[in-house]
Amino acid sequence: MKSIYTWSAILAIVFASVVGDVLLARAMKQVGDVGALWRRAGLGVVIGRTLGNSYFLFGVMAMAVAFFSLLFALSWGDVSLVAPAAASLTFIGNAVAARIFLHEKVDRRRWIAASLVAAGVALLAG
Amino acid sequence: MNFRKYLVLAGVTVFAAAGDSMLSHGMKQTGSISVHHLQDVIYAVLNPWVAFGILLLLAFFATYMTALSWADLTYVLPATSLGYVILALVARFVLHEHVSPLRWLGIALITGGVGFVAGGPELTKHEHPEPADELSTVADSPLLGKDAGNGAPEVGVSGKL
Repeated sequence: MKSIYTWSAILAIVFASVVGDVLLARAMKQVGDVGALWRRAGLGVVIGRTLGNSYFLFGVMAMAVAFFSLLFALSWGDVSLVAPAAASLTFIGNAVAARIFLHEKVDRRRWIAASLVAAGVALLAG
Repeated sequence: MNFRKYLVLAGVTVFAAAGDSMLSHGMKQTGSISVHHLQDVIYAVLNPWVAFGILLLLAFFATYMTALSWADLTYVLPATSLGYVILALVARFVLHEHVSPLRWLGIALITGGVGFVAGGPELTKHEHPEPADELSTVADSPLLGKDAGNGAPEVGVSGKL
């Protein structure tokens, strides 16, 4: 029974962090190249434009949800299961979500990279 | 990709790894926080390791956002995982801890994966830049000052500088 709780919390972490990453990535694409914007208009404009972006605010909220899900998961399951499972599933989830929602060209090269990294993270943190 | 951009990606990796280690070190000094005394977490912030760790994680967030402003999510994310490799190498060669063969295999896989993605382009070039939808109109608020006239977000700009 406890493992159902743990895995639900892990899925909640993965879902929330994928949503958060996609929203943050989209927000920053709308803000535009931060380095160029900084040189052109100053740091204040960069910060104002980022904090004023709705995607950014929702992204940060999603990241907060992911963080609290992590706390719940850690209170139900071992860190040696929760951390690698959540991290590596997030890599795969992000590759899928970036393709669907951000229209990134996730070609074979990026699929292989995401799978290698996910496997590597699972081994390292396990 | 120019040198400055590689520097930002290196910052993403290093700040994340260093920040997490400092937090972990500080929280072990603080001791475990009971569910019934959640306010203890406020005192944890007073621990210098925890405070410095939080500063580093803020730096991580800033560099991560910067990287996402000119590179694809699927390009930046593998780079963040290099932090795990740095932590394992520090554990082996600075702290002289034992690193098991399985972990060396994990290091090899991550390094290979990052090398794979780094060989490709960092930004998808969109033929038709997406028009700003209603959510993004907030970004065009008066806060922007002299940049407000720009209108459409720079979604489709080429990553090659």
